[in-house]
Order: sequence, then structure tokens, then C-alpha cells
Amino acid sequence: MADPLSTGVGGAGERRAKRFSVQTMPGFTIMAALCFIALYAPLFPMVFYSFNAGESIAVWQGFSWRWYESAWGNELVKDVTIRSLVVACFASAIATTLATLAALGTTRTEAFKGQTFIYVIINQPLMVPEIVTGVALLVFFAMIKVATGYTGLAYLIAAHTAFCIPFAYLPIRARLEGMDKTLEAAAADLYATPFQAFRRITLPLMAPGIVAGAMLAFVISLDDVVITELVKAAGQDTLPTYMLGQLRRAITPEINAISTALLAITVVLLTAIFFLTRKKE
Amino acid sequence: MTDSADNAVDVVGVSKIFGSGDQEVRALDDVSVSIRQNEFFTLLGPSGCGKTTLLRLLAGFEHPTRGQIFLNGKDIAGLPPNRRPVNTVFQSYALFPHLTVGQNIGFGLEMLGKPKDEVEDTVDRMLKLVRMEALKKRRTSQISGGQQQRVALARALAPHPEVLLLDEPLSALDFKLRKEMQLELKRLQNETGITFIFVTHDQEEALTMSDRVAVMRDGNILQVGSPRDIYDRPAERFVADFIGDSNFLRAVIKDVSGGRARLALDAGMETEAELPDGMAESGAVTVVVRPEQARFLDGEPGARETVLEGRVETVVYFGTDTHYHMTLSSGERFIARIQNDDRGERAPEQGSAVRVAIPTRAVQVLKD
Amino acid sequence: MTGTDDIRQDAGGRAEAEAARRRVRVNWLLSAPALVWLAFAASGPLLIMAVYSFLTPGDYVGVIWDFSTEAWFQVLFSRDIFDQTVSLADAHLTIFWRSLSLSMLTTLSTLVLGFPTAYFIATRPRDQRPLWLFLVTIPFWTNLLIRTFAIMELIRNEGLINSVLLKFGLIDQPIQMLFTDGATLVGMAYVYLPLMVLPLYASMERLDFKLVEAGYDLYATRFQVLRKVIFPLVKPGVIAGSILVFIPSLGAYVTPRLLGGGRNMMMGNFIELQFGAGRNWPLGAALSITLLFVVMAALIVYVRNVGKGGAGHG
Repeated sequence: MADPLSTGVGGAGERRAKRFSVQTMPGFTIMAALCFIALYAPLFPMVFYSFNAGESIAVWQGFSWRWYESAWGNELVKDVTIRSLVVACFASAIATTLATLAALGTTRTEAFKGQTFIYVIINQPLMVPEIVTGVALLVFFAMIKVATGYTGLAYLIAAHTAFCIPFAYLPIRARLEGMDKTLEAAAADLYATPFQAFRRITLPLMAPGIVAGAMLAFVISLDDVVITELVKAAGQDTLPTYMLGQLRRAITPEINAISTALLAITVVLLTAIFFLTRKKE
Repeated sequence: MTDSADNAVDVVGVSKIFGSGDQEVRALDDVSVSIRQNEFFTLLGPSGCGKTTLLRLLAGFEHPTRGQIFLNGKDIAGLPPNRRPVNTVFQSYALFPHLTVGQNIGFGLEMLGKPKDEVEDTVDRMLKLVRMEALKKRRTSQISGGQQQRVALARALAPHPEVLLLDEPLSALDFKLRKEMQLELKRLQNETGITFIFVTHDQEEALTMSDRVAVMRDGNILQVGSPRDIYDRPAERFVADFIGDSNFLRAVIKDVSGGRARLALDAGMETEAELPDGMAESGAVTVVVRPEQARFLDGEPGARETVLEGRVETVVYFGTDTHYHMTLSSGERFIARIQNDDRGERAPEQGSAVRVAIPTRAVQVLKD
Repeated sequence: MTGTDDIRQDAGGRAEAEAARRRVRVNWLLSAPALVWLAFAASGPLLIMAVYSFLTPGDYVGVIWDFSTEAWFQVLFSRDIFDQTVSLADAHLTIFWRSLSLSMLTTLSTLVLGFPTAYFIATRPRDQRPLWLFLVTIPFWTNLLIRTFAIMELIRNEGLINSVLLKFGLIDQPIQMLFTDGATLVGMAYVYLPLMVLPLYASMERLDFKLVEAGYDLYATRFQVLRKVIFPLVKPGVIAGSILVFIPSLGAYVTPRLLGGGRNMMMGNFIELQFGAGRNWPLGAALSITLLFVVMAALIVYVRNVGKGGAGHG
């Protein structure tokens, strides 16, 4: 027979120990839960009504793929999607190349004079409000357009590349900074020429950073609204600027379908980046 | 200028200055040292003494501000690291994380353009040498710290360098593993016959493994000699203090004859000691006495012994021995380390007045 | 002897200095392509715009190359068309005030919601944290337009919230939520919330909970520990998050345009208007430079308090 008194005391002690944890703050968990709900809840109706059989984005009339089919069959949507992809491909490829070189130039030696200047210039698109960069480019490209007469897609690609550079640069730089500098010294010590050391050691080790940087740049380019809206010439809509235009008209679930598809692409890419950059224990 | 043919490495008047102006740091200050063929040579000193800088100069990662470095008689100043027949075991091991153990070991030979089967053979031989045959195909992240250490060694030895540089390679290992690797390194050096230059701040490591040790401080080499020389005949207070425990005592030179000085210790009797070269032959000096050289005196001292008088302040028991912290009659502090055997000697108690005998040969005059 | 020594010493020093110079040169060469591109398509145009703010508006679009400070004057003042009397430009001030107050309220509400969230993530077991963080980053990287659209769908007159309320008879008329300042605030707080959580988390992750224990050990209550121990230690994160939310809020364009509508403009929309229907490029340029200076001031506060690193988006 257990002593009822001691059991009681033990039980109370355990309960108190469990209740008092230094890490918990009253109400914080509930606030955090609210925050996570707030982050995701608004997206659900949007995804949900993209499968609506009816015309409404508020009244459910049964499941259907109709709006996906409608978006898929919409020549205009196809057109702007292809333009978005073309711009994103070019911009992310160029930006990643430039960012890789710049990351190599800013991480592999001792600190040098002007390094902060390089950081500031590279991160400038992150610091200046998009609307300001957008109108500045509008003004500048207008001058070039007058001077050269060229009105093609290169302006959009140039602008996208510029604001993609910092997004490509950050993960590559992080990767290089996390990389032991003595690895290159070790390669040189083991008779590798500087080029061999780069090709056999540095490049393979920085590759995940480059892939992550390229994906981020791609997502950022694909998502851009403000700068594209200001820089694009007539008939150069990308998917987001097309959507922006549509949102001012009567909305059909077709927009929901396109948004959901874009959301899915983002989630897939981010998940890939998450696993790529995750540190192995 | 150099009779370097017999030496593996000659460092001649090398200085290394980092930064400039106010930021200037003199990592090495006109250092000269010769390292013999097939020698296990250790650079010992506290962090910031310049030992790692000297190693990096030998490897070619840094260039001397002044002076020359000869490898087997050839000036290697202009050669980049990848063209020096010298390999390094890095403190962090610097194993390539994307390559296997075998690929890491074969990297140097591959870079030298050796044929594939020769690379394979050497890799297998090296794996055997460091007893890691089973782990050839493993990633370097999948093996333990001690195993990584062995791979780093094998990788540096595989191209059969003329000199192997080791930059505190044991510092990341735990105590037991470190002891094991000390023996292992000694064995590898014997088996390969390669000159090892070993950098450490651990005096015990330096004493147990080296043929010769150079003690460094503030960019200078203070003393070069065998471990026994360095321990028994420290030339400077810093060397005595850095290696082992020491008692420093004040003394005055009475007279000098034939390099030997008669000294009057502040804390006791007169004694005799050899005077280092280039010292003034009169005035006050500091002498060093190792704590284990002292014994408690019951009766009269021996012929070649000197006596100190004092009082026991604290007794600290250490298992194999006991440390007696004393204040001498001169007010100086003195520690005697006495083996705990059962010779039945009377152990002094705290607070008791004692007399301590030290053999004359254990008294060493310091330069500063 | 000494002569040759000196020569050799100099040669050694020179070779070393030369090697250091070569490394720096290579660094600049590697960085140059990115710098040139950014100078062309990001930094350079800002300078041109600064010049434009001192020109005269063109009749239809663009500018006439006549020096004028009129645009800068117009930022704050207006002249009466008939008698040329100068008065403060009320419409502009309203927009500035709306931008400033909505941005500050956005910052405050993201802080209130984000602080417990960051704390929650930072107190999860180490291996769970990346997952929680990932849940915050997904909305962060999701298209701003989509997220704004999601809010828009919720609060439209015929949107989900009004439909549900009507259906249950709680209201008989849809509540006008869209095209109000409140809608802009909710939208901005929603889209910029991750920007608050991420830097807050970064500083809370480094928080040593031994210090919290020490606080309790020294008789502090939970609130006192929060106020006297935790908050001062994570203050850099609070400042970082606040500025990272404040800056894009101030320059926001998409969210106020879609949720605030044409009448509830913020700075971003007002600037865009000058380059569109407003046809006053110099005024637009002057407004942009003004916005830029406010943002730079905020960034200086950021650098002073938090140091380098950290990224904004939006």
C-alpha cells in the first residue's frame, strides 16, 4: 500500500514542476498559433474556390477543374506566362552568374578596402523601395528608348537581373563564408594549381549555394509586380502584371486557379531550397 | 652564407610583418633556425608567438617580409604552395567534405599527375600505414575525429613530401586519443623517415615527441634544444615558466671562475651554478629550481646540496605526489613536489617550519 | 653585406605587397560585372531621377530640360491657380500622413503578433525550429499579389466574411471593408508579418535561457523577466524587424492599390500617379527622392543599432 500522503505530495510536486517552465510565457503560444493561422488562413479560400464549378468566388457550387482548364486555354494567360518564364530564366541565370563571381570576390581573401561599398551596391535593391527603383528605371529606360529606338524585352530582363542579384548573392555568400578557407589552402598544399583548386574543391562545395541562389532569383523574378508594371512596354505584361490588371475587373475563379498554381510552384521551389541548404549534422 | 646541404630546412633572418602603420604586427622578428634531416622538430610557444606563422611561411601560404627560407639547400621564397615539396596537416584537418577518405588521400598524387594505379597503390599503402583500410569509401563527415586526424596525416604523407608540417594537429582530440596519436605520430615519423615540423602550445606534447624543440615568444625563438636541455637547462625565465613548474629564487653572484659562479641565495646558503654565456659576472640574478628537485631535510645536507628554510603554508595531495607550498625565510614562495612513496619519511604539516635541500646541479641561472 | 640584405628585404616586402594588391585586384574584377550591372539598372537611374526632380514637366510625358525647383516646392506646397497664393498642399500632407501612420501601425501590429511567434519558435526543440521557420518563410516568398488577393477575396462586399455574416443573419447589409485604410493596414500587416518574425527569431535564437533562469532565481515575475531580461536582450531583433517592416510599408504600392483603392493612396501610389495620369515626372522624382531619404534615415538607425546584414523584400 502506498502512503497516500507521500503520493499526494509527489503528485503535487510533479504537477508544479511541469507547470513552471522557464521557457513559457503566458499567452505567447496562443498568439503564435494565431499568427500561424493568420499566415495561412487567407490562402485557403483562395485555393478552395479555384476548384469551384460556379462563377462565384464566394458561393461553392461543386468541385471542378474548369478554371484551371480555362486558364490553360486562355491564349493571353499562356502568352504572359511564357513571357514571365523567359524573363525569369534569363534574369536568374545572369543574376546567379554575376552573384557567384561577386561572392567569390568578397569572401575568399582577407577583408579589403571597398568591400563595404561592394556590399552596399549589391544589396541596394533590397534597401531602396521598389516603387522608387521602378520609376527611376522608367525614367532611365525612357531616355534609352528615345536614343536607340529599341523597345524589346531586354529592359525587363535588365531590371529583373538587377534586383535578383542580391537574392542570388546572399545564399552563395553564406555558403562560401561557411566554407573552411583552409580547404583551398589544403588543395594548394597538395599541389593543386589555383584553377584546379577552384574546379575540384571550391566549385563543388559552393554548388548547393548557387542552386539555392538561382532558385530564389527565379522566384523573385517570377513574383515581381511593381518594377515590371513600371518598366514594361505596352503588350509586355508578365503573369503578375496581367493578374494585377484582372484584379481591377470582375474577378472569376480563373484568377484563383492561376494564383494557386503560382503558389504551388513557389512552395515546391522553396521546399527544394529548404532541403538543399539544410545543414547536415 | 649557409651550409644547408645537411639540413632539411634553413630559416635565415626571417621577419614577417602583418598590416602597416599603427596596425603593424610583427609576427616573426628576425628568426633563424635550422632543422635537420629526418628530425622531429617542434615549435613550442603560447598562442600569438609566431609558431604558426613560421609554419605557414614554410608551406608557402604567407611570404616573409624579410629573410630567406631554404628547403634542402634550395631557396623556396618564390614558389607557391602547390610547387613546394612540403605538405601540411592542418589544425582543422581541412578534409574535403565532398570527397571520400580514399579520394582525399589520393588528391595530392592526382594533382601531381601520377598514373591512376600508382595513386591507388599509394592510397592503399597509406590507409594501411594509418590503419584505416576499412574506411576508404567513407565520406569524411562519417568518421570520428581521431579517424579524420589519421586521414589528414595519410593525405599529407601520400605524396611523400620532403618535410611534413603539422599545425597543432592533436588539439581537437580528447585526452586519451591525444596520447594515442602522440605515439602514432612518433611511429609514422620513424617509419617514413620524413622530417616532421610540429607546432604546439602543449609543453608535454613537445617534450614527449620531439627530437628537438624551439621555444618561441613574441616572434622570437628563445631557445632550441633537446627536450631534456630545455627542461633541465632553461635559458630564460619564460622558458622555465612555460615548460613545467618552476620556483624562481633571487641570488647574488659572489665570484666567478671558469664559467661557474658562486651564488648567495636570498633564502639560504650559498650554492654554485653555471653562468650562461654573455652574462654580467656580478650583481643580482634569478635562479630556477624545479619543484621535484627539492627534498625535506631531517639531518645534515649532502656535499652537493644547498639548504633553504621556510614554513609550510598549504599541503595539496595529488595522488602520486604531494605539493608543499612554502614561504621561505626571504619571503619568496617555494613549491616542493614530493613523491608519495612509503619510505616512511616524516611528512611536514601545515604551519610547520622546514628545511629543504636542493642538489647544486638543479640550480639554473636565468638570463633575465 | 648589409647592402644586399637591404635589397633582399625590400624585394621580400615588395613581393608581399604586390601579392596583396593582386588579390584585391582579382576581388574587384570578380565583383565588377555585378557592380556594373547594378550601376546600370539600379543605382545609376536613381541619380538620373535626382536630376529629373530639378526639371520642368513636359506637356504630355517626360520632362523639358529647364532647371526648376518647382517640383520640390510642390512636394509640400501648392499655389492657387488664380491669385498665386501659397498654401500647404493638404492633399499631399494627407497622403504623407496616411503613409506614415499606416506604416507605423503595420509595424506595431506585426510586432505584437510576431514577438510571441518568434519566441515560440525559438523555444521549440532545436530540430523542430527549421520546420517552424520554414512555415513562416513560405508566405514570405509567396507572391505579394497573391497574398493581397487572398485578403481581398476575404473582405470584399461579396467576399467570404460578408457572405458568412449575411448568411447567419448577423448583418443585413455587407460591411464595406475593402477600399478603406483599415483594409490597407490589415493587408500590409499580413504581407509583412514574416519580415518581423524572421529577424526577431534570429536574435531570440541566440538568447541564453540560463539568463532567464537567473532572472527567475532572483525573484523576478514572468512579466519582469520578459521586460527586464528578455526584451533588452532581443532589442536588436526588435529594431531590425521593425525597420524591415517599416521600410517596405512606407513604399508599398500593390497592397494599398488593391485594398485601399484609388482614394486611399499611399506614397507609392502617389509617386506612380505622377508618372501616369498625373504627368508630372519632376514631382514624381522629387517625391521618390524624399521617400528614399526617409528610408535611408531608417536604415541608418538600423545599422547603428543592429549592424550589417539582414535583408528586406517587397
